[in-house]
Amino acid sequence: MIAEAGHYALVLALGLALIQSIVPLIGARLRDAALMNVARSTALAQLLFVGASFIALVMLHVGSDFSVANVYENSHSMKPLLYKITGVWGNHEGSMLLWVSILALFGGLVAAFGNNLPLSLRAHVLAVQAWIASAFYLFILMTSNPFLRIANPPIEGRDLNPVLQDIGLAVHPPMLYLGYVGFSISFSFAIAALMEGRIDAAWARWVRPWTLVAWIFLTLGIAMGSYWAYYELGWGGWWFWDPVENASLMPWLAGTALLHSALVMEKRNALKVWTILLSILTFSLSLLGTFLVRSGVITSVHAFATDPTRGVFILLILCLFIGGSLSLFAGRATALKQGGLFAPISREGALVLNNLLLTVACAVVLFGTLYPLAMEVLADFKMSVGAPFYNLTFVPLFTLLLLAVPLGPMLAWKRGDLLGVTQRLLAAGVAALVVIAIVWAWTRGGSALAPLAIGLGVFVIAGALTDLAERTGLFRLPFATTLHRARGLPRSTWGSVFAHAGLGIALIGIVCETTWNSEYIATMKQNDVAHVAGYDLKLDRLFQRQGPNYREMIAEFNVSRDGDTLSVMTPSKRSFTTRGSSTTEAALLTRGASQLYVSLGDATAEGAIAVRIYHKPLVLLIWWGPVLMAFGGVLSLSDRRLRVGAPKPARAKQRLQPAE
Amino acid sequence: MTRKQRRMTIIGGSLAVLALAAALVLNALRDSIVFFSTPTMVAEKHVEPGKRFRLGGLVQPGSLQRGDNLAVTFEVADGGAKLPVAYKGILPDLFREGQGVVAEGALDANGVFKADTVLAKHDETYMPKDVADALKKQGHWKDDYGAKTSDGVKPAATTAQGNPQGAVR
Repeated sequence: MIAEAGHYALVLALGLALIQSIVPLIGARLRDAALMNVARSTALAQLLFVGASFIALVMLHVGSDFSVANVYENSHSMKPLLYKITGVWGNHEGSMLLWVSILALFGGLVAAFGNNLPLSLRAHVLAVQAWIASAFYLFILMTSNPFLRIANPPIEGRDLNPVLQDIGLAVHPPMLYLGYVGFSISFSFAIAALMEGRIDAAWARWVRPWTLVAWIFLTLGIAMGSYWAYYELGWGGWWFWDPVENASLMPWLAGTALLHSALVMEKRNALKVWTILLSILTFSLSLLGTFLVRSGVITSVHAFATDPTRGVFILLILCLFIGGSLSLFAGRATALKQGGLFAPISREGALVLNNLLLTVACAVVLFGTLYPLAMEVLADFKMSVGAPFYNLTFVPLFTLLLLAVPLGPMLAWKRGDLLGVTQRLLAAGVAALVVIAIVWAWTRGGSALAPLAIGLGVFVIAGALTDLAERTGLFRLPFATTLHRARGLPRSTWGSVFAHAGLGIALIGIVCETTWNSEYIATMKQNDVAHVAGYDLKLDRLFQRQGPNYREMIAEFNVSRDGDTLSVMTPSKRSFTTRGSSTTEAALLTRGASQLYVSLGDATAEGAIAVRIYHKPLVLLIWWGPVLMAFGGVLSLSDRRLRVGAPKPARAKQRLQPAE
Repeated sequence: MTRKQRRMTIIGGSLAVLALAAALVLNALRDSIVFFSTPTMVAEKHVEPGKRFRLGGLVQPGSLQRGDNLAVTFEVADGGAKLPVAYKGILPDLFREGQGVVAEGALDANGVFKADTVLAKHDETYMPKDVADALKKQGHWKDDYGAKTSDGVKPAATTAQGNPQGAVR
């Protein structure tokens, strides 16, 4: 019954989306407020029905109703409750349902909190949202229905893939989707602006918070996914340049560019056409990501479904939306009025450079992702494009970008003074040089690249702090004045300081982890001791334990340093009976920002076990950086000028509320 | 500066960055791409020792031998030819004889494939897509190989010499 209700709710949501796709547009054409307001109620009702449908699927999974194919294939009655819930989106059908649920959520939010939007803009935005929603409802209902029943229900389910039975699944996909799908809002705004033929600074002010929300979630989602891969896959890798990872990185790069160009548009009313194009491209990349992941078109370590009907369907959606929006852009963009002028050396100029480097870096990733596919189709040979390719292409471009990051926020709008800014950044530059010298002296004989890269990270962080010091008059003015000024600074300034510093911190983490990672791989017997990076790990014992739906073999390591016992680490290897597969549960010991990492391999006949031990210096900075960036985003979002219900200019208020 | 000059500056700057990116990509394509081969392809085309490539096929049943200190040797077969592989390190959780495998490395002077990365997947019936396609093309495909590949899973990758950048080098 629940399954049928969920299915029915989804069909109703499709019906509502179809109404929402058409009626508000007719209303906008006829200037009929009632018809335009249909968008609001349908968007909210749509959210209600998709939500009901999603909850129905959750209930089926929690209740272990194995007469539903999706539950049978991905659940097991013995599975812990948390994984019964997260298992809902640990499979193709459920994760698509999550995708549309989040799409409906964003539509609903625009409907609920978009009261300060002009009526026709809101009608257009919600109609475009409904087009996307309709396409994906159709996709789910026609190719990936999660509510299909099995004629002869089995007694037990096939269990969720063991790798996915982890807290990471509870956090990573929803975050990532909030990011991916969140960019649909800026897309809809861009299409609405093109359809209306009107775009101004206010438009940018409405778009920026939505983009920022999506960007925050995407940043956290990518970081979370990376950390999950790091501890779950058992060998400490945290980024693989895998097509599926690239699929999330590309919208992030484009979205970051969009955040910055929307800033120019909001403040200076310039770069309008470019911002519109970037909004379209960002969401197109999200769609492309969905296609890459969902169609299984690319050999990938994430390798999802390989059902061609699904692939073709999403490809159609992709072509329709990307092709349609770009044609609309080509037709209408010239009609948009060009905005303000600025000198090449200025804040705007710096942001253009930022956009240029981000989009080109994004294009490089796109090329690296699609090139092997194109060669396979066109020339019929297989190849893989991996880390070496990106090290030679993406890394130099990003280095240029990072060099420019401290300069940008310090340049004045319109016409900047590069020499003056360079002088003010002297302290940051000196700090970077000192750090380079120290690191180089300390690691004598090592590669020169690592100290330089760390210096770059320090430069970015020090640059962000310099900007803050300049704005508050630190060291120049009395401390009380500085404090007062600091309190008066817009939150968005604090936000950009944190976000930029986060970039530098992540860079330092990446460099330290890749350069000074120590590794120890061997077979160990009881009482053997491994020496890694100054730590002694003694294998105390090996024992078996029964978990809820698996058996695990646990190795107990006593970790000590200079004779002092620090902790006990217990990595394990779990074998899941239902799927006949096993996973490696690594043990982590955090020391400051560094980690010891122990994972197990196969046991040999003589009672020994293969062990992999890593010491990863400052590895946590890799994820603290993005967390700091997201925090910067949240600060920026809380800036009153950007608040969703931001105060309207007085004149607009009068126009909207004539009764007062 | 006039409007036109400003525009030219921006266009010029964009072209410079694009040209830089194109140069970087072309340079990277020359020597950082790794090709995929099966044992049959290796036998037919002479692959010179030291050239890195990815080898895909099935682990020949009965060929797996474990040596001292995590050294393993096994044979990769694709129905047409076999190639001995040597690897040192921990094999992925689901490395099994008779299962599909992808290894990355290079041939040594004796014609042994020295792998530094071995990829497999956390699923009992998993077949790497490269391997499946190659087997299909050569007519050695059995339908049940790919029967259950529809789950969202990540494979394990193991590398012998710490390869922090990823499974693909």
